[in-house]
Amino acid sequence: MITTDILIIGAGPTGLFTVFEAGLLKLKCHLIDALPQPGGQCSEIYPKKPIYDIPGFPEILAGDLTTNLLEQSKQFEPGFTLGERAETIEKQDDGSFIVTTNKGTKHQAPIVAIAGGLGSFEPRKPPIPNIADYEDHGVEYMIKDPEVYRDKKVVIAGGGDSALDWAVFLTDVAEEVTLVHRRNEFRGALDSVDKVQELKNLGKINLITPAEIKGILGTGKVTGVAVEKKGEAPFIVDADHFIPLFGLSPKLGPIGNWGLEIEKNAIKVDNALDYQTNIPGVYAIGDVNTYPGKLKLILCGFHEATLMCQSAFKRIFPDKKYVMKYTTVGGIDGFDGTRKEAPKAVVKAIN
Amino acid sequence: MSDITLKITDREGVLYEVLAPTDMAMNLMEVVRSYELAPEGTIGVCGGMAMCASCQCYVKTDHELPEMGQDEDMMLAEAFYVEDNSRLGCQIQITPKMDGLEVELAPEM
Repeated sequence: MITTDILIIGAGPTGLFTVFEAGLLKLKCHLIDALPQPGGQCSEIYPKKPIYDIPGFPEILAGDLTTNLLEQSKQFEPGFTLGERAETIEKQDDGSFIVTTNKGTKHQAPIVAIAGGLGSFEPRKPPIPNIADYEDHGVEYMIKDPEVYRDKKVVIAGGGDSALDWAVFLTDVAEEVTLVHRRNEFRGALDSVDKVQELKNLGKINLITPAEIKGILGTGKVTGVAVEKKGEAPFIVDADHFIPLFGLSPKLGPIGNWGLEIEKNAIKVDNALDYQTNIPGVYAIGDVNTYPGKLKLILCGFHEATLMCQSAFKRIFPDKKYVMKYTTVGGIDGFDGTRKEAPKAVVKAIN
Repeated sequence: MSDITLKITDREGVLYEVLAPTDMAMNLMEVVRSYELAPEGTIGVCGGMAMCASCQCYVKTDHELPEMGQDEDMMLAEAFYVEDNSRLGCQIQITPKMDGLEVELAPEM
């Protein structure tokens, strides 16, 4: 069991900044995120795109913002459970919560802060009528263990980096690799595209473009897929595995079943006070929440995180006296023993 | 500048006739969101960067639209339910020339 003061669901910019604000109050944080890396949308969707409305940064790349936020909070030693999705929440007799992920990792904290953005990123599933019947029976939306494909016939669909990179990687593992994409052009990195071209020329990748997978065949498990080139009759490609790699899209997911008040795909909070949800002790901050006048902006998430931490402190220590201190005045005492503070003025006498 | 009229069919097949300003640098996805013609969180997910295709729509009239950029083209190459008249709403800036434009929202992905 992982224990902490504030359990943050979502390691995007709002979640990461929460670690800093909580740290100033000597509260420890642990973050859970379905993605394998911190940063949320900033690292998953648009790391190379500039943001122009972060106060104090006329322009900053989303990826750099993530790096800076991690740097800013590192002395508060946040814990991370990455690549796992928060699945269930159970309130304990002592008022704390236990949040369990889809992989069974348990976390306990008196405060839960949901900073889940638009939800957890789930693979986009192509609209093939019977595809659900084959999930985990030959259809996989992400590759967890490449060894599963050793000496198997694999069909990959998609045109981005993950489709290209896995097609290249699996040529050394699988018996046969087929890559199907709706266009002749690929969106992925140039060297990945060149590599696929090279492997195609060597006959190691069976490239079918422009084409789409229209059906899946097999009884109980995948034995082939129906491929259709535009304007032509579909044909069958034998396959043990079909791996559609069409990127990720965020879904609110299991959080929607936590008994929280949901409106417009977001969690209703008390914005007059502290961004608490209808469950005392559970807060929602950043893009995942809604209230009158809500704006889904990173800078609003920072503000919400700051007020939420003050409220969380009062919940955890109802009788402790505290006044907010400027970091310039008080400096920052890290949990790792480091201290940052404003340099002392040098006094020199004039004789 | 005056507003223009757009005809937008939502994902349930309901037709709406809406007014869109031409002087607010809005795109079609934002017009759809401003009238709440698709639930929040199901459209404009990436914010308008041509990186998610949640604002895909089918263009029903032959209005002159901004030429498709490479980002949009490549995103549509990986989207679902794509037709020849598919466009990403976020890449269509509203201009006075679009008065009377008719579009239908593509299914949620």
